[in-house]
Amino acid sequence: MIDSRTAHVDERDVRLALADVADPEIPVLSIVDLGMVEAVEVRPDAIRVELLPTFVGCPAIDVIRSTIADRLAVFGRHVAVEVTFRVPWSSDRITARGRERLRASGFAPPTAVPADVRCPYCGSSNVALDNLFGPTQCRSLRYCRACRQPFEQFKTV
Amino acid sequence: MAVESVPATRNALSLLLLSMADDEFVLGFSDSEWTGIAPILEEDVAISSLAQDELGHAQALYRLLAELAADGRDADAFAYDRPPEGYYHARLLDHPRGDWADTIVRRFLYDTADGVRLEALAASAWAPLAELVAKIRREERYHVMHATTWFERLARADGEPRRRLQDALARMGPDAGTVLTPLPSELALEMAGIVEAPFAELERRWRALLRPVFERLRLPLLPATRDPDHARTAHSDAFRWLHGEFTSVRRLDPKADW
Repeated sequence: MIDSRTAHVDERDVRLALADVADPEIPVLSIVDLGMVEAVEVRPDAIRVELLPTFVGCPAIDVIRSTIADRLAVFGRHVAVEVTFRVPWSSDRITARGRERLRASGFAPPTAVPADVRCPYCGSSNVALDNLFGPTQCRSLRYCRACRQPFEQFKTV
Repeated sequence: MAVESVPATRNALSLLLLSMADDEFVLGFSDSEWTGIAPILEEDVAISSLAQDELGHAQALYRLLAELAADGRDADAFAYDRPPEGYYHARLLDHPRGDWADTIVRRFLYDTADGVRLEALAASAWAPLAELVAKIRREERYHVMHATTWFERLARADGEPRRRLQDALARMGPDAGTVLTPLPSELALEMAGIVEAPFAELERRWRALLRPVFERLRLPLLPATRDPDHARTAHSDAFRWLHGEFTSVRRLDPKADW
């Protein structure tokens, strides 16, 4: 007998569910917004998710892994989350929606060239780099000279 | 046949992973000692983040080593359960934390040498290492930028900052080359295509990279490596003290689950 769930779960269902899994360090972003989900494989008895850490030593990865298992439990299969460097995560993987959500919550998205950084509050390009390093591995500290507002940028890696 | 299935290659690879992991671990732990007491708040944030990156790299390298060893030890066992003489980091990292100039000099010398080493591993025939190195290099770029900015800042300042930088270079200079001193097993690494060039060649590349920087800043060029036969052994009292620190919590209860 085939379990009714078996016939209906596909990769898209799983990716939709993963869009609810927030990054614990920047909770406005999901792991899908961040481009951390490399591969999803749905088998009759298991779901395999391949996850790319944003930084090698990202301390949030274990929390993310268990949140994924909790969120996918609804599909009634074994969930295997594989953390891999097979593909190096880069900040280019952050989606357009992710970039918009970053801006809306006061973070500048990563930019290919430093001159392209805009203040997420007023849009000015008159910004200074205060610190390449910030409160988490993936953030640097900047200051907007136009609206005099400090803000963080998601590091370009 | 997979690279790691040849015993001589597997041993050589293990030694390479151990050297890199221990380098990152000891440097990361040394730098973490600045957390809360760095000269300025911005640098407290920066050095803590750098330390976190290095410990993350060490953890990932120890994991590869643990998979290769397949003897039941995990990354933490490699990081914490060895006596001081079992560590295989470069002697450059054996110097005590010292002052801010010591820290900047150590980071600058290490980050530039490590950059050359990582570049030579980018096309490694052992895919797990090539993949990890590709990821690590994206982070180390920021480390080199940070170390270079501070190195130049101290060197260009007149008086005490420059004097302290020169003192630190005099102390660490003879040990700087130990990061790239040939490993005893390097022939096997080269033959298997794990590393792209002999370490002596990597050291030449690194010295050629630093020469124009030192000349521009009117600093004496680095001396040849002192006692290269013990580049990664015969550790200092300063390291034995550090080892006591970084193993102290683990020794309280080795089986504790975090």
